[in-house]
Amino acid sequence: MQFGIFTVGDVTTDPTTGTTPSEHERIKATVEIALKAEEVGLDVVAVGQHHNPPFVASAPTTTMAYIGAQTKRILLSTATTLITTTDPVRIAEDYAMLQHLLDGRMDLMMGRGNTGPVYPWFGKDIRDGIALAVENYALLHDLWREDYVNWEGKFRTPLHGFTSTPRPLDGVAPFVWHGSIRSPEIAEQAAYYGDGFFHNNIFWPTTHTKAMVDLYRRRYEHYGHGRADQAIVGLGGQVFMRKNSQDAVREFRPYFDHAPVYGGGPSLEEFSRETPLTVGSPQQVIERVLGFRDYAGDYQRQLFLMDHAGLPLKTVLEQLDLLGGEVVPVLRKEFAALRPAGVPDAPTHASLVAAAEPPLDQETQEAQVDRWTGTRAEDDNRL
Amino acid sequence: MSSIVVISGGLGSPSSTRVLGNDIVARLRDALALKDDTLDETVVELRELAHPITDAMLTGFPTGDLAHVIQTIAAADALVVVSPTFSASISGLVKSFFDILEPGTLNGKPVLLAATGGSERHSLMIDFAMRPLLSYLGALPMRTGVYAATSDFGGAGAAALAARVAQAADELAEAVAGGVKRPVDDGFVEFATLLAR
Repeated sequence: MQFGIFTVGDVTTDPTTGTTPSEHERIKATVEIALKAEEVGLDVVAVGQHHNPPFVASAPTTTMAYIGAQTKRILLSTATTLITTTDPVRIAEDYAMLQHLLDGRMDLMMGRGNTGPVYPWFGKDIRDGIALAVENYALLHDLWREDYVNWEGKFRTPLHGFTSTPRPLDGVAPFVWHGSIRSPEIAEQAAYYGDGFFHNNIFWPTTHTKAMVDLYRRRYEHYGHGRADQAIVGLGGQVFMRKNSQDAVREFRPYFDHAPVYGGGPSLEEFSRETPLTVGSPQQVIERVLGFRDYAGDYQRQLFLMDHAGLPLKTVLEQLDLLGGEVVPVLRKEFAALRPAGVPDAPTHASLVAAAEPPLDQETQEAQVDRWTGTRAEDDNRL
Repeated sequence: MSSIVVISGGLGSPSSTRVLGNDIVARLRDALALKDDTLDETVVELRELAHPITDAMLTGFPTGDLAHVIQTIAAADALVVVSPTFSASISGLVKSFFDILEPGTLNGKPVLLAATGGSERHSLMIDFAMRPLLSYLGALPMRTGVYAATSDFGGAGAAALAARVAQAADELAEAVAGGVKRPVDDGFVEFATLLAR
C-alpha cells in the first residue's frame, strides 16, 4: 500500500499571525514539503492544478519535474489534473515528457474542477463537466496508445494523422486515477477503463466515499478487469497531530475556524464526527485511518492533506515528521496484516511494463519522416 | 397508511404557524379516514434545525437530525409546508431549507401550501413565492393554498379559514390516494451511453 500527501496549493493567511505567504514562498514551500515527504519515507506526493487565486498551482508538470529532479524514490502524482479545461493533447504531451524525465516515477489523477468561472477562460462551460471528462479522456487514452490518431469530437479541433510526442516510456501509458466526490459517471468511467478511482474523502461525509467506491468496485468487476476487491482504490484524508490530543485540537482550531472550506460553519468537533477529518494524537489518526477500510475495503493508496488552511511551513514539516515517523509505519504493518491474498498493489511503471504484452516484432528504427511531405524535422521544410 | 410531513417555519413557541399546521393535520386525518386510510404524520419545526441548515449551506451536506429529517421527507407520501410571511415573502429559514435539498428530493410529491401573516394583504404570497418554488422543485402543489392572517384565528374570519383548511386537506388526501408509486430511478448511465453522447 502507498502512503503520501496531496496539496491543492492554496495561498491562505495564517489566522493566528495574520501573515500571508507570497506566491514565491508558497511555491518554494510546496517543493520543500515534497522533499520532506521523501525524507520521512512517504511513497507519493501529489500536486494540484488550479487557474485562479488564491491558488499557485497552474503548472503541475513543471512542479513535478522540479521535485522529481531532487528526489530519488517518491512517486509524483496530481490531485488533480483538470481533464475538463486542459487540452487532452497537451496532457498527453506534458505527462509523457514527465514520464520520460522521471523514468516512470509518476502517475496522474483526473479531476473536473468545480470552480464555475474558470471554465469560460478556457472556452468551456461547467455544465459540460461530465461530457468534457468523458470525451477528453477518451482522446487522451487513444493518444497514449495509438501512434496515429484520427479523431473528431465535440470539444476540440479534429485531429488527422496526429502523433503525440514523446511516445509513452517503454510503450506504456502512465497509470491514471479518476477522482470524484459524488458523480457516479466518473466511478463508471474509471471502472470502464480499468483505471484507479480516488475519493478525496475529506470535507464530506463518508457515505459519499462508500457509495462511490462501492459503485466503482462493482463496475470494475462488470467490465472484466478483475474482482471487485481487486479494483484500484485511493483515498484522501486530512489530519493534524500532536503527541497530546488536546494540544492538537487547541493548535488546529483557529485554522479550522477560518479555513475557506469550513469557516463559519460547523464546529471542529461536529466536522470531525461527520467527516474523516482527524485532529488528535498519532494513535487517534492510526485508528481512524484503519477504519477507512471498513467502508472502502482494502485499498491501494492513502494520501493526506497536510498543508491546508494557512498552516505555516514549519508546522507542516513537523506534521510530516509525525506522519512518516509514527503513523505510516504502523499503518503499513496493520493494513498489510489485514489485506487478504489476491488484493493487488497500486500499479507502478515497472509493474505496468511487466504486465504489458511484448511487441510482436521490433520495428527497425528509421529516421522519423513526416508521412505527408516525406521530409524530416531537420530538413528545411518549405512546401 | 399515508406518511405526511408537516414542515413548519414558525419561529415562536407556540407559533401561529404551528397552530395552522395542527389544524391542517386534524382535517387531513378526517379526509383520509373517509378513504379508509390512516395518517402517520411527522412535524418538523425548522427553528430547531436553523443552525444545521446554515451549516449545510456552508459545507454542502446535511448532518445529524437534519439529515434524518431530509430522509423522512424524501420517503413521505406528501408534505404540508407552513411558512410565516416575512417581508412580503416566504421566510428565509424555510427558503434555506428548500435550498439545501438535493435536486429531485420532492419530485412528484403532493404539497399543501400554507402561510401565516400579520395582515391579510399578503395572502397572495402563497401564489407568488411558495407555489413557483415548490413547482420548480418538482413537487405538486395543491390548488388551494391556506393563508391565515392574525384576524383569521378569531372573530369573523375563523369560519372561512376552517373552510379553506378543509378544502386544501381534501385535495391533498385525494392526491395522496391517487398517486402512482414508482421505485426511485438512481439515474445511473452505462459508460458506452456516456461515450456516445
